[in-house]
Amino acid sequence: MNFDDTPQEAEFRATARKWIEANAPKQYEAELSKSSLGRIRLEKEEIVDVGKAWQKKKAEGGWACLHWPKEYGGRGATPIEKVIWQQEEGVYGKLTQPFQIGEGMCGPTVMAFGSEEHKRHYLPKLASGEHIWCQLFSEPAGGSDVAGLRTRAEKKGDNWIVNGQKIWTSGAHYSDYGLLITRTDPNVPKHKGLTMFFLDMKSKGVEVRPIKQANGMQEFNEVYFTDVVIPDHQRLGAVGDGWNVSLTTLMNERMSIGSRLATGFPEMFEFCSNLMTDDGLAIDDPATRSKLASWAVKASGLKYTSYRAISSLSKGERPGPENSIGKLVSGTMLQDIATYAMDLQGAAGELTGADEQAASGQFQQMLLSSPSMRIAGGTDEILRNIIAERVLGLPGDIRVDKDVPFNKIPTKGR
Amino acid sequence: MNFDFSDEQKQMRDEARKFLAEKCPPKAVREVLDGKAPYDKALWQGLAEMGFLGVAIPEAFGGAGAGHLELCVIAEEMGRANAPVPFSSTVYLAAEALLLAGTDAQKQKWLPKIASGEAIGTLALFEGKGNPSPKAIKLQASGGTLTGVKKPVPDGAIADFAVVAARTGSTGRDADISLFLVDLKAGGVEAKSLTNVDPTRGQAELTFKNAKAEPLGAAGDGWSILTQVLDRAAVLLAFEQVGGSDRALEMGRDYALDRIAFGRPIGSFQAVKHILADMYVSATLARSNCYYGAWALSTNASELPEAAAAARISATQAFQHCSKNNIQVHGGMGFTWEFDCHMYYRRANTTALTLGSLSYWEDQLIDRMRKKNAA
Repeated sequence: MNFDDTPQEAEFRATARKWIEANAPKQYEAELSKSSLGRIRLEKEEIVDVGKAWQKKKAEGGWACLHWPKEYGGRGATPIEKVIWQQEEGVYGKLTQPFQIGEGMCGPTVMAFGSEEHKRHYLPKLASGEHIWCQLFSEPAGGSDVAGLRTRAEKKGDNWIVNGQKIWTSGAHYSDYGLLITRTDPNVPKHKGLTMFFLDMKSKGVEVRPIKQANGMQEFNEVYFTDVVIPDHQRLGAVGDGWNVSLTTLMNERMSIGSRLATGFPEMFEFCSNLMTDDGLAIDDPATRSKLASWAVKASGLKYTSYRAISSLSKGERPGPENSIGKLVSGTMLQDIATYAMDLQGAAGELTGADEQAASGQFQQMLLSSPSMRIAGGTDEILRNIIAERVLGLPGDIRVDKDVPFNKIPTKGR
Repeated sequence: MNFDFSDEQKQMRDEARKFLAEKCPPKAVREVLDGKAPYDKALWQGLAEMGFLGVAIPEAFGGAGAGHLELCVIAEEMGRANAPVPFSSTVYLAAEALLLAGTDAQKQKWLPKIASGEAIGTLALFEGKGNPSPKAIKLQASGGTLTGVKKPVPDGAIADFAVVAARTGSTGRDADISLFLVDLKAGGVEAKSLTNVDPTRGQAELTFKNAKAEPLGAAGDGWSILTQVLDRAAVLLAFEQVGGSDRALEMGRDYALDRIAFGRPIGSFQAVKHILADMYVSATLARSNCYYGAWALSTNASELPEAAAAARISATQAFQHCSKNNIQVHGGMGFTWEFDCHMYYRRANTTALTLGSLSYWEDQLIDRMRKKNAA
């Protein structure tokens, strides 16, 4: 049991470190190092612009999407080498946020189902950050139940005509391409009538509208499709096989290994270490200490769980299901920590001005943003179902709509 | 990075699991639970023959000379089997205190007997209510004898010797405390069994009346040695707790697959699934914290105090969480004497206290993190 690199890993790390040392955009280091709790902003520039420049430089040096084959823009690195790269990239990794959906989900799907011509054309540009991709899955009528989606694609000659609406699309407003799942046959049960495509987001009839979120920010979009034309050669997988294709997209969870989810704990520990209350430092209060200790062991538990997964990768094994717990644990933690940090400030805890104590309202912002952490990318409840069914082997829920033609499924509760 | 046990260590875990499945089925645990025996003597001898009692004891002192990582994997299996033997008191507390502070002669006297199953040892620390604290130690040492009362002492009624924390000064500092070795069979010590929540791990009151004692470690070093012993024991006991958590989770999962209600397995209801998923989460977090503790223990790293406290807290929470929800998943049957759920519930809630309570260790963790941050 040790934390040491193998000789090959150490050599790879040294090479990566040297390249980053020589090429990283150091002018942003201080700003990126600041805690952002998952929300990255640069003072004077757009994260997408700075990110594109960094991604391009990485691609020129052979470090973009490094675990992809060389012919598609990568360097054919092993999974453990990708983790080592992420560790070395450190705070600059935050600049890659706009590309993560493309790299982690869209790219692998194109790689698995696209034609050779498409792969050679689209993937290198995705890898180098020249093109940004988004994922068009969720709909107003299908969030957790994504197979309940209603966006229609109808065949007309060599093209498909798409009408409908997607929602919660991160980055749609700056994306060049999108991975789109549609319903092509409403007369068969819901999982059987789906088909996957990719499309140019500048196609006629695509309209992107930002969503104003509960926390006041605008990070997600609605995307409307009105008679959008997609050529049949942009179909991924067979007609009616979209559900299986989407599973490939969603199962590409390896990308999450080694990337650290924000828990809010380091910020909370620092806050309690410095906050003076009427009874002394917050961290000297027994109730606060007890809560801090419980959060501390959750944070360290997640850290060492990811180390166990990295160790599996290092041995060339497929990591086990342990890593599925990350978002489930950290989402609730962020919410609980924010609530308690505000509680510790008493009545003034609700104030958010920059001149207020407590780090310019970072916990208040965390409070308002944290509900999305428990919903986006799989709700807490869906994640528990996944653990129960795929890890513990419990039976699937009884699905009343499983064998019913999609157009016979009720659409209203009452 | 290889943050995992080696193939040899995993093989040892498999051997221990197989051995305990055969020699320590729930039926054997119940013999002790029902008061038919104070501990399972045959199992204790079997553990000695397998080399498990002395796995971390050097060969020079009659052990297998393996190490603490090997002891961690054995500990996990002891917890999984709910073994009714004085393993934690003898191996994690008494043997570790001897290894840390004993003279060669003291090690030579007791360690080979621990490894061979001839001697049961324990640590006599507590004196009534409260958590580990030098202030709480009143038992007096004078002229090579001890006088005072210790309780609860784990496995105190069946132990052959004890490491005893005693007061040798009155300055109000940690240096007032020294450790002593006492042969409990040599007279001067009266042992009384106490009733407790988990009869498969007995507790006793030991009354020392001018009992002959020899110093263990230098005078005044008692508290510092004890702190190290408790940290080591915290990691090892945490592995027992993780083993117990996993077993409780398995029992709940199996029952949810088998039990039919409302025309379907109860494990197909999300209300039940989510309970089990949360048990998996807490058991996984605990296991990962324990691995870090095992690394720190086996390398004697400066991170051990923090790692031990984290492992202890996480594993205590996980075992309590898993054992109580195992009963919940079983419904009414889980509340019967006949089903084994309560044995794990009992063990979870006694191991939660035996080295000091959860709140004590939470306090320790925060103190240790602050110390590290300040440094």
